[in-house]
Amino acid sequence: MIRWVLWLLAGLLLGGIVHFVMILYLPNTATQNAYTRISAIAPVNAVTPLPAPTAAKAILPLMDPAFAAAVCRYDLKEAPLKLTVPVSPAYTSVTFYTNRDIAYYAINDRAAGRRTIELDLMTSAQRAQLPDDEEVAAADRLIVESPSTTGLIVLRALAPEPALMPSAINALEKARCEPAPQ
Amino acid sequence: MRLLIGLLLAFAVAAGVGLGSTYYALREGTPFGAFQVGAWTAWPRTGTTEIDPYARALLARSGELPLGAGDGIAFVATKDDRGHALDGRCDVTVSGVTPQARFWTLTLYEPDGSLVGNALDRHGFTSQEVVRNSQGEIAVSIAPRARAGNWLPSGGVDRYILVMRFYDSPISAASRTGRETPMPSIKGVSCP
Repeated sequence: MIRWVLWLLAGLLLGGIVHFVMILYLPNTATQNAYTRISAIAPVNAVTPLPAPTAAKAILPLMDPAFAAAVCRYDLKEAPLKLTVPVSPAYTSVTFYTNRDIAYYAINDRAAGRRTIELDLMTSAQRAQLPDDEEVAAADRLIVESPSTTGLIVLRALAPEPALMPSAINALEKARCEPAPQ
Repeated sequence: MRLLIGLLLAFAVAAGVGLGSTYYALREGTPFGAFQVGAWTAWPRTGTTEIDPYARALLARSGELPLGAGDGIAFVATKDDRGHALDGRCDVTVSGVTPQARFWTLTLYEPDGSLVGNALDRHGFTSQEVVRNSQGEIAVSIAPRARAGNWLPSGGVDRYILVMRFYDSPISAASRTGRETPMPSIKGVSCP
């Protein structure tokens, strides 16, 4: 009898391990995560507008329909990236995601404090290579370190009323993301 | 022989428990790091690098991009204040005061995260569109047929979820419930 209880306990323990391994491993196997879905429509290192979500079709679930959105799928392998986003009249935000959809940094227009949000995105290695004197000059430019070489930058501009959607879309159309000149 | 049966039993139990609990955890969502105010729940850590493994697994499966913590915070409600699931055939009122934020949006989704279809193409309100009473409180009616005031068409769907997002808001993982984050109440008014 006691032997069966022991086997049962061993099974439960193993089940617990199976559970945790599955949870931890699942993000690596996902084929329908946001990065994969957006990769299908967005070229590398360029700003692509995301289609507005409708009841019939949305590229991602739970998108906020009050926002115009655009995405820059980046790859920092060759060079750091320079991002310029003009601020729309109401509210503009920029959020950085790794290629596993983890939001590692987000900034909004007020925190950026200017009429355009200007950022330099680089990996830790690229940042370490910055010359020292440039580090001083960098005081007035915002540097964001990406934990992964590839990822997504999502630009969002709020249309507080449906009639203001065109101006929000328009603001994002002027956004640029391109490799920084070497 | 008994060893073999024992091993088989252990593996069967392991597979059942492991797969079952994983399925359950991903279907029900996780309570870790949840921040609850009334019927509303937010997961402030989901928009940061400190996201827990369960939330990561959920996001990887759904394909959703979470709001970054520096951008805003999202509160989700699937039930009303009395614990009844939100039903698109019923009249529901979302009313009261809202926490501090530069802008907020209230949006109605199907449980799978798609928007609810309706002839008006109205899927939510922003803090600027909504009409407030003299005390500055909001009252939004969610109903299948037109209502006076702030009407959000529910399209008569079986189940829906409400998401309230606060942009540029001081609410964070360190916030406390109560007076600091007053969320509007969700009341079922009538049901056919």
